[in-house]
Parts: sequence; structure tokens; C-alpha cells
Amino acid sequence: MSRPKQPKTQPVSVEKFDERWLHFYRQMVKIRLFEEEVNQLYLGAKMPGLAHLYIGEEAVAVGVCEALRRTDYITSTHRGHGHCIAKGATLDKMFAELLGKEAGYCRGKGGSMHIADQESGNLGANAIVGGSAGIATGAALSIQMRGTDQVVVCFFGDGALGQGLLYESMNMAALWKLPVIYVCENNQYNEYTHYSETTAGPLTARAEAFGIQTESIDGQDVRIVHKAAVKSVEKARVGGGPSFILCNTYRFHGHHVGDIDRAYYRPKREEEEWKSRRDPIQILGHWLIKNKLADASSLSQIKSEIATDIKRALDAALQAPYPETDEVTQHVYA
Amino acid sequence: MKANTENRSVSETSTRQITFAQAINEALAEEMRRDPTVFIIGEDVAEAGTPFKVLSGLVKEFGTKRVIDSPISEAGIAGIGVGAAMTGMRPVVDIMFGDFLTLTMDQLVNQAAKIHYMSGGKLKVPLVLRTTLGATRRSAAQHSQSLHAWVSHIPGLKVVVPATPYDAKGLLKSAIRDDNPVVFFEDKMMYQLKGPVPQEEYTIPLGVADIKRVGTDVTLVATSSMVQVALDAADRLDEAGVSAEVVDVRTTVPLDKEALIGSVKKTSRAIVIDEGYESYGVTAEIASIIADGAFYYLDAPVKRMGAMDVPVPFSPVLEDQTVPTPDAVAAVAKTLCNKI
Repeated sequence: MSRPKQPKTQPVSVEKFDERWLHFYRQMVKIRLFEEEVNQLYLGAKMPGLAHLYIGEEAVAVGVCEALRRTDYITSTHRGHGHCIAKGATLDKMFAELLGKEAGYCRGKGGSMHIADQESGNLGANAIVGGSAGIATGAALSIQMRGTDQVVVCFFGDGALGQGLLYESMNMAALWKLPVIYVCENNQYNEYTHYSETTAGPLTARAEAFGIQTESIDGQDVRIVHKAAVKSVEKARVGGGPSFILCNTYRFHGHHVGDIDRAYYRPKREEEEWKSRRDPIQILGHWLIKNKLADASSLSQIKSEIATDIKRALDAALQAPYPETDEVTQHVYA
Repeated sequence: MKANTENRSVSETSTRQITFAQAINEALAEEMRRDPTVFIIGEDVAEAGTPFKVLSGLVKEFGTKRVIDSPISEAGIAGIGVGAAMTGMRPVVDIMFGDFLTLTMDQLVNQAAKIHYMSGGKLKVPLVLRTTLGATRRSAAQHSQSLHAWVSHIPGLKVVVPATPYDAKGLLKSAIRDDNPVVFFEDKMMYQLKGPVPQEEYTIPLGVADIKRVGTDVTLVATSSMVQVALDAADRLDEAGVSAEVVDVRTTVPLDKEALIGSVKKTSRAIVIDEGYESYGVTAEIASIIADGAFYYLDAPVKRMGAMDVPVPFSPVLEDQTVPTPDAVAAVAKTLCNKI
């Protein structure tokens, strides 16, 4: 699938982007259908291990990554498939990695929680909550030292707000005006515990304390996310320093694919409400139809095209070979 | 790999006596001149030149953009080092005391050590993390530990434990040029130790042990601070008619197993001396490798001498007991050689 042209240094008015919203829709659907297939792979016992599905949070990854160039960096999380796809990963290599195949992004050595793709600027997903805050900030320091106009986006969840590394990193980013955007995906739950039970005080106050530009936004509306991201990215690109974007969102599935009976920590009614009223794909779909950029049949056409792509990518990954067993000792050292 | 003795044959005219601290300083300055991607980040590294004054003068030559004073955030600067290393730089992160490695552990163990492997060989982390080890500075339990075994346990990290100014300089230059994360331990009690270092540029490869003294009766395998202890013990043993060979491993990872085994095949006896805690430590690993590799040549069990398994106490009369001494090493060696 070809990537559209990335925005250049000049911020572009969101209204002029009408035709691009269809691409945003496509990207969100791609993540959704990919994740649904991953869930099926787990349920059908075809995938080793677990996966943490991004379904429900697609607007964050797409809205943010569409504000980036391919040469910009991201760091991702255990719930990272959406970030990888939104930054330009291809589906066959994603599936292959999840299946532990040699054709995967990490030759099957990383798996679902560690997909990295240097080609698309993805410095890797991280299975330590908040673990990539230092890496993202260090990449931003490297950019500043090398004198390029790249930027870094550090994705993390509400759970990472409990980790000290994030605050150490934000402090240095603010001190040295580093080109990094901290994107907090508040999907409401630190694993199986509502964030309000773990996080004292206002969430945005954390970044504000460092003098970092902060915004709290509706993470289900990709247009709003994109607008906030463009603003922060352009600021970072011209040496304006870090930003913090709090995206309020929701994870439609459990903490991971095996977290099926979850009524003990999350009411079913709440889930239904988010799914029926706050689905980011529906929200953009309604807007596209209302603004006559699409109709129900063209959106359904997009979905079926992507479903075909997904099937093709999955088939390729299923047929791909596993790594040779002697691969186990390769790449311990460079 | 063969233990390397020839690289010390430097020409007399070009060799000066400089301290261990100066050797470190020179290595950093030379690498920073050679490669603009090398930079230093740490607490009080710039104008202060660290509390040990190891980095004095570097900020004058390279400025605060390349000798960066950081907040007191060990995890943060280790993480920043990893990210910068992944994206084209060669950071040298300064962690003032080895005890503070505990604060960097996630970044070292779960990030730096694994990124190359987890990415299927795509990403590299050419990071050097310099820190200290060594007791007897009257600094008590949180500023005196030797935690090099911790990081030596983790595949993906290289670990350097130099024992002389010459080795410190050559090994640090190699560490900076290495494409892997390297943890570099400096014995804080050794910073003022002087030794011969040539004017000319040189490097010492990681993974090559050095025979610091040739002998025939017993092999003293030592690391870092304990190499000098072993050499002093060898002097005492010489007086008692025991010829001790001193092998300095120089790097615990990669470990020059052949050199260790080769020496013990010759002497038939071995003592492994290291300032880390004796239990579950470097001495156990090396002793096991020797026992395996030289089993049919051994005339006595391989002995281990590490730091006493206690938090390092403050009072000098207590602290001095916790670390192997030349007398203690000589006594064990004599027992092994039936000289008592």
C-alpha cells in the first residue's frame, strides 16, 4: 500500500485536508482489522504467546503518526501494533513477527511486544511500562546534537504515569528543549485497575510542572488528535521543545487477548457505551458521510479492500518459515 | 583468543608515567577528537569534572554540548544514552558510583542489552556506561560495592574491569568504538595509581586477558582492583619460594577462557580474586570455567576469594576485613602449594 505524501514543515490547515481524511479512515480500519485477525489467531491457538490489542485506540496512533515524516522516530508500547502500522509497517512482516517467523520485522526474535522497524523510524515497542521514555528522549537529544529537523514521538499509556523514568526524561527534555512529543494514551485502565485508583492529581499537571506544553484531548476523534499532533510536531521541529498530549481513549478489548472475563474490574455497560458511541472509526465515518467525502458503500468498500490485504498478508506469514534453530545465538552482540 | 603480553612493549622514549584517572581522561579526549558523535553525559561531569576529577578539562576543549551536566537521574541518563546510541551517537554515560547502577538496571538490562537481539540485529546500541567499583574508601555500604557481576550476568552487555592506566586507556578506546553496550568499571581507589602509558595512540581489544606476571606454581586470576593485590601477593610468595602467575582478565565479558585455562594447565593451581561479593559472583564463574577446562591438570581445588558477603561497613577496622588482601591471597596460595 503506498503511503501518501507527508506534511512538510509548514503546518497545514486541517480543513484543507478533506481528501486525506479518507486515508486516515483507511489506516484506522487497517489497524482494526489487523487486530481482529490477531485476536482470531490467539483464539484459534495459531499464535504463540499473547498480544495486547489496540482496538478502540486507533485514532491516537493514526492522528499522531500522520503528522510525522517517515524519518521521524517513534517509540511504542506493549500495546503497539497500531503505532507500528500507523508509522508505516507492512502487514505481512507484522503478522510474521507475531507468529515467530523469520520474515518478521525482528526475524521472530521480538514478537508482539518488541516490533522495531528502523526503515519507518520505529525504534521499537517496549514491554516495560514507561520503558521507552528514556530512549525517545535520547533520540531527541541525538537529533538536537546531529542538527537535523527530525522529531520523536514517545507513546505510552496511563500506566506509565506511575513510572519515575518518565519524569526524569520529561525534566531533561524540557531543560534542553528536545524535539520530543510525549503522547499519553489514557485508555482508562492500568492493566486491570482504573487509573483513578493509581494516579493522584490531574494527569496533565505532571508535564505542566516541567513547563511542557500540555493538551488534553478527545482521543477518539482522529481529526482532533491530528490537529494537536501537528501543532506539537511543528513546534518541536523548529526547536520549540517538548509537548505532552493526553489522549483520552478506551481499549475495547481486555488488557491482552486472554483477558476475556473482565466484568470484575470493568463494567460491561461502560464497554458497550464506548463501543457504540465512541468508536473512532465510526466517528470519522459519520463525519466523512456528513461532509460528503464518502458514503456508506464507499466506506464498506474500503473495509473489504483492507480485509483482502489482511488475508493476503496473513497467508504469506502463515506460510513463511520459522528461523533456523542456530539463529538463537545470533545477534546477541553486534 | 590468546592472552596478550606483547602490547606492553612500547618504546621507552614515548612512554610516560600517568595516573589511571589521566589515562581515562586521555582516552575520552582522543575519542571525542576522532569522532564527533562521542559525547559525555552525567552528573557533575562538566566544570566539576566529576567528584574524582577524572574528567577535568574536557569541558574546556569540547564545551557543554558534548560534556553534558545532567540532573541526578541515573535511570534517565542511562535511558537517554540508549536512545542516543540507537540513533547515531556514541554516548559515554557517567554513573558516579557503581552502587547507583541499581538505578539504571532497567535501561541496561531490559533495554540496552536486548535491543540488538530483539530487533533481529537491526538496531545497535553503541553505548559506554562508565562507573566505579571498590571498597576501603570509608564510604560505607551505598558507595563501596563492586557490582560488575550483575551486568556480567546479562547477555548483550560487555563488561570491562581494567587494572592499570595502560589497560584503562586502551580498553576504554575500544569500548567507545564497540557497537555494543559496554559497562566500564573503574576502581575508585586506583585513580591515582601511576603507570607507563605511551604517547602514541593504541587500543586494546575487549576479550583478551593479560598475563601481568609469569609464574609456574599457582595462577592468580584477578580483576580490576584485585590485580594489584595479586601482584603484591606474588611478591610475597616469591619470597616464600612460590612462583605465582598473575592473569588479569581485563574484561569479564567477553571472557578470555583460553588464557585462564592455559595458565592453569601450566601451574596446576588457581585462585580467583575479585572484589565483588563472593557468593554467586565473578569468582564462581571463573573458577567453574577453570575446573572444567583444566580438570585433569589440577593439583588442588580452585579457590575463590571475593568480598565478604556483608554490606560494606563504615568503620575502617570492619571494612578492611571485607576485601581480599595480599597477605590473605598469599596465605591461600601457600596452602595450595603445600608451603605451610
